[in-house]
Amino acid sequence: MSTSGLHRFRLYVAGTAVNSTQALGNLTALCESRLPDRHTIEVVDVFADPRRALADGIFMTPALIRLEPTPERTIVGNLSRTQQVLAFLGLTDAAP
Amino acid sequence: MSARLGMSLDTVSRAVPPLKASTGIAGFDEITGGGLPLGRTTLAIGGPGCGKTLFALQFLAHGAQQCSEPGIFVAFEEDSKRLMANASSFGWRLEESLAGGTLFFVDAQPAPDLVAAGDFDLCGLFAALHEKVAQMGARRIVFDALDIPLALLPDDAARRREVYRLHAWLLEQGLTGLVSLQSDHEDAPVQLRRPYGFMEFMVDCAVVLTHGMVDGVSQRSLRVQKYRGSRFDENEAPFLIGDRGFEVVVAWAMGRAEGPVTSERVSSGIERLDTMLHGGYFRGASILITGFSGTAKTTLCGAFVDAACERGEQTLFVTFDSYGSEVRRNLASVGIHLDRHIAGGTLRMVSARAISGSAESYLARIRTLARQHAACCVVVDPVSTWARSGKDLSEHGVAERLLDWCKGEGITLVCTRLLDEMSSLAEGNAPLQISTMVDTWLHLSYLVQAGERNRGLAIIKSRGTAHSNQVRELVLSADGVTLADAYSAGGEVLMGTLRWEKERAERAMTEAEAVQLRLKQVRLDLEEAELEVRLKSLNAELLAKQIEKSVLHRATERREADLAHGRAEMGQLRGADNEPIDMDPKRS
Repeated sequence: MSTSGLHRFRLYVAGTAVNSTQALGNLTALCESRLPDRHTIEVVDVFADPRRALADGIFMTPALIRLEPTPERTIVGNLSRTQQVLAFLGLTDAAP
Repeated sequence: MSARLGMSLDTVSRAVPPLKASTGIAGFDEITGGGLPLGRTTLAIGGPGCGKTLFALQFLAHGAQQCSEPGIFVAFEEDSKRLMANASSFGWRLEESLAGGTLFFVDAQPAPDLVAAGDFDLCGLFAALHEKVAQMGARRIVFDALDIPLALLPDDAARRREVYRLHAWLLEQGLTGLVSLQSDHEDAPVQLRRPYGFMEFMVDCAVVLTHGMVDGVSQRSLRVQKYRGSRFDENEAPFLIGDRGFEVVVAWAMGRAEGPVTSERVSSGIERLDTMLHGGYFRGASILITGFSGTAKTTLCGAFVDAACERGEQTLFVTFDSYGSEVRRNLASVGIHLDRHIAGGTLRMVSARAISGSAESYLARIRTLARQHAACCVVVDPVSTWARSGKDLSEHGVAERLLDWCKGEGITLVCTRLLDEMSSLAEGNAPLQISTMVDTWLHLSYLVQAGERNRGLAIIKSRGTAHSNQVRELVLSADGVTLADAYSAGGEVLMGTLRWEKERAERAMTEAEAVQLRLKQVRLDLEEAELEVRLKSLNAELLAKQIEKSVLHRATERREADLAHGRAEMGQLRGADNEPIDMDPKRS
């Protein structure tokens, strides 16, 4: 069920900070292997747009928000714990 | 860096106070000599419910409203709505500051279901804050419960990294920062406490808050653990959360100016007692009234209050044992009417009976009330109630502080102390050893004689005043309170009926003496009169004798003259040619 449909992500990063770069890399890799062509990733740099971070209540970076499918869920960290990220995304069942 | 440090040391040595950010917390600014280090970071550590958040909030509210220093509150634990609701009871008017843009809350509570997958950092927070600080010109910032986001980090290295990031950011911004951390073992050595114990070394100032129970009584205290570049009071200071927020009870303010010393007298409200004290109590003095239950301690207080209000002096009357209305009713029965003073606004009566808390909380409340009322006379009846709550040690300290504070403010303090029957032998056998500190000490006692209990009043000491050494009887009647001379007979003081009998006996004796004197006088008058009469008759007799004598004398003279004349005539008659010779008187 969760494997079908579009996954919309928004990733808040803090410029080129190590954790943020890792998170983007990990997310991209994950999406490409698990959700090919079924995902969009919006990247928001809090350094470039601090007002947005404040407005969105993003204080820990990197932070990943799954906008779709609903409900919205947030996970923080560099997404290096793959199993945790997959569980968060509800993709564990689809593991090969 | 070193040049800047050198410069700041120079300014310190020139007795210019180091730059501080006032917290507006009564007592705390005194302990630290002005507040938190300006532009530096302070750590507030404490267990749950010990007041860290309130401390931080008051620091910000004061900065925004009184110091023109806008502030940001980063709330990791409670959300801003709850914080506002909690703050509203202290009358800090945070809404105005929020609307005016001098205060801002950042709700940074992690969602309860937040998942942390791998390492992260607080860059997003600092980026957002950076923007906000610039926008509102913030000078102060609070990170409340920093332990919460830190706990989400995967390891100690990451936590340490984020703390350093925070510290560096604060320094770079030049903000006066306050970081609060929850600690569950305040007593544990720093190194064993939490992985971020190292923060205590990093920050410029650390404040430890504790909240514990001592014999079932809540005791809150605060201690400044470190303060770089500033002198501070290192002792633990009790504090309480009062009506206006945080209140730290300063044990002893170093270098505080001594209160004004005057030789002005204030009436004790009892005329004869004033006479015994050569004019009354000194203004600004502390007066202790000790006595057993029912020795009219409260009545003496009432008399003092009445006199003070009559002079138009703002007076605070704190009663612990009974309610204010009861005290007023009871005092009215001895002719002391306090209701009119309350109506007139000079008197404020507070019953502390309902208050439960530590001795410190009583003290702080009394101080606050006295300040609000601008009182120049304070009556605390009795201070011994404090012995019920908490440690003896702290009560002693509290009573001492009350005295000190009143002295410092130039307030005339009258306090009573109930002595229990067991300690009757030594008048000063008191757990509250304040009797050595007070200026005037009156002791009330009962004397049981001839089936009566009568009240006796003695001045045990009165500094700087010649005072009567006699025990007087305290007489209460509907017309008021007065003192009566006590008769001593056979080394015992006579009171009540015995005094009255003695008085009567003396009166009778005096009357008898007077009669005797009168009688003697009359007798003497009589004797005098008798003598005078006799003197008069004697005089008359004397006069008669004198007359008789002079008559006789004249008769003799005439006879002699007659004789001489007769002889000469006889000679002529005899025809004597010569003068008569050998006149023979026999012949004539």
